[in-house]
Amino acid sequence: MNQVYKKFDEDEVLHHLQHYLPAQAPLKDFVHHNTLHAFQSNHFFDALQKSNQIFGYKTILSLPEFRDLYKNGKIKKSVLDFVIKTRKGEGNLEVWQNKLLFEHYDASCHPRIGSFRSHWKTDYAINLDKVVHTLLFKMLCSYLDQGISIWSFPVHEKGFLSSIKVLEKSNYISFFATKRAKELLFKPHLNIQTLLDILVANEDFYEQYLFDQQFLHPGWSGIVATIEQQPESLLDGRKINLKEFILFELLLEIDALDAKFGENWLPLGNKVKSKPMNLFAKAAYSELFELQTIWQEAFEFSFYDEVLLGIQYQKKNKIDPIDNKSFQAFFCMDDRECSIRRHVESLDSRCETFGTPGFFNVEFFYQPLGGKFYTKLCPAPVTPKYLIKEVGITNKRQTDVHFTKHAHGLFFGWIISQTLGFWSAMRLFLNIFSPTITPATSTSFRHLDKKANLIIEHTEGSHQIKGLQLGFTTDEMADRVEGLLKSIGLVENFAPIVYVVGHGATSINNTHYAGYDCGACCGRPGSVNAKVFAFMANHIKVRAILQQRGISIPEETQFVGALHDTTRDEIVFYDEEMISTSNKANHTKNINVFETALGYNAKERSRRFESIDSQQSVEKVHQSVKKRSVSLFEPRPELNHATNALCVVGSRNLSKNLFLDRRSFMNSYDYRIDPNGDYLFGILKAIAPVGGGINLEYYFSRVDNQKLGAGTKLPHNVMGLIGVANGIDGDLRTGLPSQMIEVHDPIRLMVIVEHFPEVILKTISKVPETYEWFKNEWVRLVAVHPESGALFLFQQEKFIPYLPIQTEIKRSKNILEAVAKEQDNMSILIIN
Amino acid sequence: MESLLQYFLVLPFLGFILTLLANDKKETFISRVAFVVVLTQLIGIIVFISGWLYLGHLDLNLRELTLFHNKESDFFIDFYFDEITAVYMLMGALLTFLVTTYSRYYLHRENGYKRFFCTILFFFLGYNLAVLSGNFETLFLGWEILGISSFLLIAFYRDRYLPVKNAIKVFSIYRIGDVGLILAMWAAHHLFHENITFLKLNNYEMVSEHLSSHSLIGVFISLAILIAAAAKSAQLPFSSWLPRAMEGPTPSSAIFYGSLSVHLGVFLLLRTFPFWEHQTSIRVLITILGLFTSIIASLIARVQSSVKSQIAYGSIAQIGLIFIEVALGLKTLALIHFAGNAFLRTYQLLVSPSVVSYLIREQFYNYKPKQQTFEDSLSKKMEFSLYILALKEFQLEWFMNFILWRPLKKVGSKLNFIKIKSLVLLFAMVYAFGILTYVFKTNIPYQIRNLLPEIFAFMGMVMIFKAYSERKSPYVAWLMIVMNHFLIALAISFNEKVGFNEILLYLTGIVIAGAFGYLALLALSKNEKKISLNMFSGHVYEHPKLSFFFLLATLGITGFPITTTFIGEDLIFSHIHRSQIILAIMVSLSFVVGGIAAIRIYARLFLGPHIKTYHELPYKSS
Repeated sequence: MNQVYKKFDEDEVLHHLQHYLPAQAPLKDFVHHNTLHAFQSNHFFDALQKSNQIFGYKTILSLPEFRDLYKNGKIKKSVLDFVIKTRKGEGNLEVWQNKLLFEHYDASCHPRIGSFRSHWKTDYAINLDKVVHTLLFKMLCSYLDQGISIWSFPVHEKGFLSSIKVLEKSNYISFFATKRAKELLFKPHLNIQTLLDILVANEDFYEQYLFDQQFLHPGWSGIVATIEQQPESLLDGRKINLKEFILFELLLEIDALDAKFGENWLPLGNKVKSKPMNLFAKAAYSELFELQTIWQEAFEFSFYDEVLLGIQYQKKNKIDPIDNKSFQAFFCMDDRECSIRRHVESLDSRCETFGTPGFFNVEFFYQPLGGKFYTKLCPAPVTPKYLIKEVGITNKRQTDVHFTKHAHGLFFGWIISQTLGFWSAMRLFLNIFSPTITPATSTSFRHLDKKANLIIEHTEGSHQIKGLQLGFTTDEMADRVEGLLKSIGLVENFAPIVYVVGHGATSINNTHYAGYDCGACCGRPGSVNAKVFAFMANHIKVRAILQQRGISIPEETQFVGALHDTTRDEIVFYDEEMISTSNKANHTKNINVFETALGYNAKERSRRFESIDSQQSVEKVHQSVKKRSVSLFEPRPELNHATNALCVVGSRNLSKNLFLDRRSFMNSYDYRIDPNGDYLFGILKAIAPVGGGINLEYYFSRVDNQKLGAGTKLPHNVMGLIGVANGIDGDLRTGLPSQMIEVHDPIRLMVIVEHFPEVILKTISKVPETYEWFKNEWVRLVAVHPESGALFLFQQEKFIPYLPIQTEIKRSKNILEAVAKEQDNMSILIIN
Repeated sequence: MESLLQYFLVLPFLGFILTLLANDKKETFISRVAFVVVLTQLIGIIVFISGWLYLGHLDLNLRELTLFHNKESDFFIDFYFDEITAVYMLMGALLTFLVTTYSRYYLHRENGYKRFFCTILFFFLGYNLAVLSGNFETLFLGWEILGISSFLLIAFYRDRYLPVKNAIKVFSIYRIGDVGLILAMWAAHHLFHENITFLKLNNYEMVSEHLSSHSLIGVFISLAILIAAAAKSAQLPFSSWLPRAMEGPTPSSAIFYGSLSVHLGVFLLLRTFPFWEHQTSIRVLITILGLFTSIIASLIARVQSSVKSQIAYGSIAQIGLIFIEVALGLKTLALIHFAGNAFLRTYQLLVSPSVVSYLIREQFYNYKPKQQTFEDSLSKKMEFSLYILALKEFQLEWFMNFILWRPLKKVGSKLNFIKIKSLVLLFAMVYAFGILTYVFKTNIPYQIRNLLPEIFAFMGMVMIFKAYSERKSPYVAWLMIVMNHFLIALAISFNEKVGFNEILLYLTGIVIAGAFGYLALLALSKNEKKISLNMFSGHVYEHPKLSFFFLLATLGITGFPITTTFIGEDLIFSHIHRSQIILAIMVSLSFVVGGIAAIRIYARLFLGPHIKTYHELPYKSS
């Protein structure tokens, strides 16, 4: 309680606010992250309850929803009983069964946030938000706007508030209706305390007031806080910080109050009789919540248990090593690549596939020809020191007159509406009845031209460009190639061709397009990285260095970059002309394998799309899948990471004959060449925030699509190119739209690692940030003993032996057939 | 050939009923009905227009249905078809067809899939009725349907605060437009002594003969029409509703506010052009209004930083120009301009989400730090002032609030002492007194007697204002709306020659709708401990059926064409003398504000964020 009666410390409160506000970057840099990152130092379930009591978020499915899942068999009785017994003891089974299944509980939620500030409405009869929000949002959006407005914010001085001062100073009209607020604006060294002294007057309430106020529009406040911390997330830079934004809001509030009551009104803190509240006090016990946690665990283990049973089966049934390999292919670890690998392998039994983060261990900024900026192509937290440039010819970008801003002007608008207007009708007609790619489409193949030339190799003595080195030296290349090969466990037995397949997506009318591309490439397609990696691995000098380090790549082996479009299920290969004559024939054959596999993949994916009849032929289904990627009216071009729930870190043999229903991230790893877990550390360090981040963003957007998700995308309106709001005057919506999460089952990510438990434990506890994810169970962790095949579940910081509860696992011979009939999540199958 | 016209209403009506009765899980059935209906209509219209052109494209008029007839009044439905109707009908069918086809997939799995298609078809019915109308009464019918379907589509996401708030706002502006139309109808009735058809307005000699002796009333009618047109087409000072209407799913915004609904003001002007063609002052006024609107709206459009509000203001600016074209008599140009603008804005809205990836790519390749705009040539102070003014939308929101809503609320809040019992008592006393005076009206000095209608209408109006601003009891608000109608009936009955059956026609609908509404309130009170108008309660979450039932009662009590009150209202109006302009204004205000008050009760009880918190709830700022 000492927090409440402390003196108000502005910086500390601002810091505190920043910590809890949504941390979603502007749309172009949309990257998945844990929505409740602010609570990550708590245990997962404590965080759920706490954030619910503080902010009113719904953080877990409701009792009726769980009961429905139980009725539909998604939560299994044996598992539920098991969870009750472990948590509550054998003897209490019946009591708790009864509570879980039949008792009624009041689920009303009375969050702490907002209670103090709501007294404006109850005690003063003034709707402050209605008066303040419109102008506040509008000013902010215009200030941050990246290029929607024709006449942009006229001043961009030292910051938001100083720009407002400049505007206010030489103006015939004022932002404010009254005098005092205007005078305060120009007061030197204006701070939050001064304004709160006027508004609230009782210092004990200050922090609570600011939290109440900012969490009425967390979207806008969050974007301000994010831009303050990552100014580079806007191409057209804007200086702003949370403090200025709050100051302006407080000024507008004073103005609104003065306008209604004159300058003499009683400050809120003096009028309200209630005691100050500690917003962040410990959550009180609730039986309902305990029931929900039991249900949640039962829900999760109903699925986990099947998977672990399958893994155990795989471990027991050894798979013969492949001789005389036809080709090898690296894919991104992304859950969407899970099925394509299965199809490729089933079509060519001599090929071998690997999964690894889709930036292929090469981190750099990329500048396409004519680009005015650099694009970061590596995981978001990394800041690369290298620049890769595109040179030589490239196709001209196409434009679309419909986005011209002249249409909104008076005179040009007059001409355009009478001419172009009729062309629009034609375009609309065409798009509805025969959709094709247009300049408005965001397509992955456009990211890198097939004919593009890149500067990848660093030339001795060339200048640094804005602190970046142009290209990599051979040593730097060798480091990266070695790092990747060792982390996935490929150090010998190279096939003649090794494909390096990045991935990207295609969509139109999709404001969240960045979330559809490769997360390891900062929300961009992985084509440049694939091409760069292939170049490095083919480099003679690099191979010589690798040879010294014990990796001997045969001379005839060639690496070929490629890009898989996960929406359209298409593939493009780069630098095919350099493929040697001896490999050429094989390559042609392999292309066939890929093409067929893509068709199968499209068919498998189509089972989730209601508008496609999955029973049709592969060609027809593939056509429909391609069509939906470019249809204006299709809010679900693909389902992205929906249903993700697993991450397998280990050899392909662990999962090769398992049907995991595109629900698993897959990172290839061989414990034998990494006995100390050095490479494993790199893998898990990335998987926790990336895989865990994706999984939890889906989780929270699914359980509370209103507050933690973006709601349905159908009414979304693009604000300043940085975010979306529902109408023209609402708050920015963070999280994922309902169309992305509706088929998602909200369960945590289970990471399965093939290594000795003690090595894994040592590895994850190396860095506290990584360890937090596992310790607090934001992701679940299971170790598969590489020799005995025994399973160990990581719980309360210990690996505990785990025996699957179920004993039977289903089998299927023809996956394509099995899949076409089912629309919902399927159980894990053994393919044979 | 005329007789074919009615089938263009039967078809949408049939579609509306079919979707209304459909099971809301049957997506395919619902969308197929909509698709087939609109496509058939489109083909029908194309064939019809071709035939009509081939046969020499003469104006068609069809007197369809007489709803009420006595010595003084003749209330009938009438259809009219000329090139204006042809263009508007074709555009309507074409755009609705494209948008319904689009929405079949776009709305897939959305809550309210059925509601969406139902409302779209209802809108389509109203639209066709309005553009086919041959007299003011028929036009008004269509106009009302458009108003209510607009409300329902803006408040499509009824569990959120802003859509519901904005839906009420737009509905209110629409009702103001309705005052214009009601007054125009009333004055036209006195000018022509009949229920004038648009066909007859083309008769220059007839019109100018009537106007020559009553030029003032002619100006009055034209002004009333202009108010109706300006409100519907978002011209000054009403403009700020259009961007706020963009709350529904994007395709509905596209068809309503991008294209069809917003151009109906233009239609009204085109339709009544022969009437005000020779009133130079009106033509100048329309030109000035259009000019001001287009300049101001394009200034506002320039500073918008959200896609949809930019498109909305861009469109308003073009409609301002169309107003000028109509005023200048450039009918063909206006029609082409309408079609082009409608297509363009529909498409722009539909592709608006793509703007992010497109413009960011453009920015990536073509970035220039600061674009020169024409405003840079102004002095800094001028530039900044203009910018802030444009950002604040020229204070239009504040202005509407200041001249309209705030005074209403002020008057209403003066009556806060009234509780339900005192209300009933008060009303009983006033009404008993009223009936007494009516019975003994011959004994009352005529100076006083002549004032009585105004007095009673004034009381009714004040009640309506109170109903509009009531913050507590929905019963009080509801009863006041009902009582207002009774007071109006009383007021009018002092005018001679009002038939008993006319009053009966008027009040039956009110009584039925009033009773149903009251029952619905009782049922809601029984389930929920406390019902109040103080905030949005969102009871539709638990009581969707009751909500629908209450909506019907609300429509009934506002004179929506589902009860006889609709005809009654018109008849009552025709009994207001030409000299009783104050009375006409008061009664029409009562109708209009009464409608808003009723919708407000519905919205506050059933829409908005649910007051129960056991399920996920949106932020109030969304």
